[in-house]
Amino acid sequence: MDAFSLTPEEWTAINLSLRVATVATLASLPLGILTALLLARGRFPGKSLVDALVHLPLVLPPVVTGYVLLVLFGRRGPIGAWLEATFGIVLAFRWTGAALACAVMGFPLMVRAVRLSIEAIDARLGEAAGTLGASPAWVFLTVTLPLALPGIIAGAVLCFAKALGEFGATITFVSNIPGETQTLPSAIYNATQVPGGDAIALRLSVVAVIIALAALVASEWLARRSGNRHGAPA
Amino acid sequence: MIRFACRLTRPGFALDTTFTAGQGVTALFGPSGSGKSTVIRLLAGLERPKEGRIAVGDTLLLDTGSGIAVPPHRRRMGLVFQDALLLPHLSVKANLTYGRWFTPRAERRITFDPVVEVLGIGHLLDRRPATLSGGERQRVAIGRALLASPRLLLMDEPLASLDQARRQEILPFIERLRDAFALPVVYVSHAVEEVTRLASHVVRLDAGRVVAEGTPADVFAAGREIPGSDRFALRSVLTARIRQRLPAYGVTLLDHPAGDIVVPGLLTAEAEVRLAIRATDVTLSRGATEGLSTRTVLGGTVTRIDPDAGGPFVTVTLTLTGGDVIIAAVTRLAAEALDLAPGVPVKALVKAGAIDESSLPGAVPTAQPG
Repeated sequence: MDAFSLTPEEWTAINLSLRVATVATLASLPLGILTALLLARGRFPGKSLVDALVHLPLVLPPVVTGYVLLVLFGRRGPIGAWLEATFGIVLAFRWTGAALACAVMGFPLMVRAVRLSIEAIDARLGEAAGTLGASPAWVFLTVTLPLALPGIIAGAVLCFAKALGEFGATITFVSNIPGETQTLPSAIYNATQVPGGDAIALRLSVVAVIIALAALVASEWLARRSGNRHGAPA
Repeated sequence: MIRFACRLTRPGFALDTTFTAGQGVTALFGPSGSGKSTVIRLLAGLERPKEGRIAVGDTLLLDTGSGIAVPPHRRRMGLVFQDALLLPHLSVKANLTYGRWFTPRAERRITFDPVVEVLGIGHLLDRRPATLSGGERQRVAIGRALLASPRLLLMDEPLASLDQARRQEILPFIERLRDAFALPVVYVSHAVEEVTRLASHVVRLDAGRVVAEGTPADVFAAGREIPGSDRFALRSVLTARIRQRLPAYGVTLLDHPAGDIVVPGLLTAEAEVRLAIRATDVTLSRGATEGLSTRTVLGGTVTRIDPDAGGPFVTVTLTLTGGDVIIAAVTRLAAEALDLAPGVPVKALVKAGAIDESSLPGAVPTAQPG
């Protein structure tokens, strides 16, 4: 067997990782943008508490985050039981649960990037659009969102990269089931635990580096493209 | 008809302002921190007063008494900010049509082509705001506000961030839109020259209160009533008509009941011309006025003399033939030597070089040295 050809099991782990990271990023993006907007422009009591809550997964040990998710979203957890009874959705030990764990871990990074880009927009541009007849919702759609786009892309890429690498919370919440919850990092960890798994671990690590680099390059390209539209001519 | 009455308190600032404004240009005039911009923001709905009532025509926009507060996007006030604030991600054309999109079809009185024509921005439509000069940006901002077909146009020091040459470039456009679109304009400025050129009604603010209101001539003649106003801030406003343009000399002769006035530049206005003249640029004479380079000699009578509390200057107010008032700052030494007193007939001399042609309507700028 060629050292750089991947086995079907390894492909499964890569596919699963990409799917989990993509779903985690896309599903948390609307909430992330909304939270960022709220933290950047909102004035409400308890704002610092929301801020702290959003950033908590960044500073907690990932195992703790995973355990909290297990307690809340497990089949007997308050939210998990309700989800199963109402919508028939089960997250524990499923790939969707892995996506949830990754989304929670990537969320602070996403919110931070989006928030910074919204704060950099002159708030008076929104006022100007308002006096021209745009309601707050239209101001958000036609002014804030397009101007924050580079930050949103950066936030999404950070979240995606974090989701690809997420290990602690995922393995605690949804375990390490090949084909269901065994993402790239779990597979690499597994490989390092069995005799003769070094080659597998190395191959998968190379794949992880390639995916991460591709994501960074893609985000750089996207941000440059969206930035060009309102800068000086290229 | 705009009726405005608002009270508002902030740390270190209180506003308690009441005024009315009609058609044409109403200028809010006063030093920085006097509350001019706050009034504009209150009119636009960007700030809420503690108590207040704002009505435009028959529409009540704000009444804290009955809990009415129309949000900014439903007020239909065209606001031109000091720094254009064009949307950087949109082309000039998309900026111009942005507000139109939100204007109900039946309310779209102002159409694209005339605005682009009056403001002279047809060649900029495909450009991005970042590539425009300051003057171009401000013209696009004015066009953008106009094309939302607003109830009135609010201009918050639209020329303050521009240099003298750019101001000269934009003033005629504001004059033209005032005449072309029959839109009430509220214009914030601390420049007397702009105000006398554009406004028919002036509301003078100081520390959040209206201290004078009326025609530019009334308000600026009343300037010396304000404590702390120094001789450089004193101006009088004269009203005259164009008699003759002298293209060979690049000057215009104005007809005034008290005597001809020579001003720089070839004026094109048909109607009356208002001139702001600084008190420090007026020379008084009780004798012969021949053999002088100054050709503007206006006859009048001293009506009052205000000493400057023992300072070197006195402020002399004259009523000119025809009724206009002119103020001169002269030394106490000269006032005593000339024996100036109320009732004494004198002549007021004004150097043409002291008159800022940018303050005159329709003035074509004369060639600037350098």
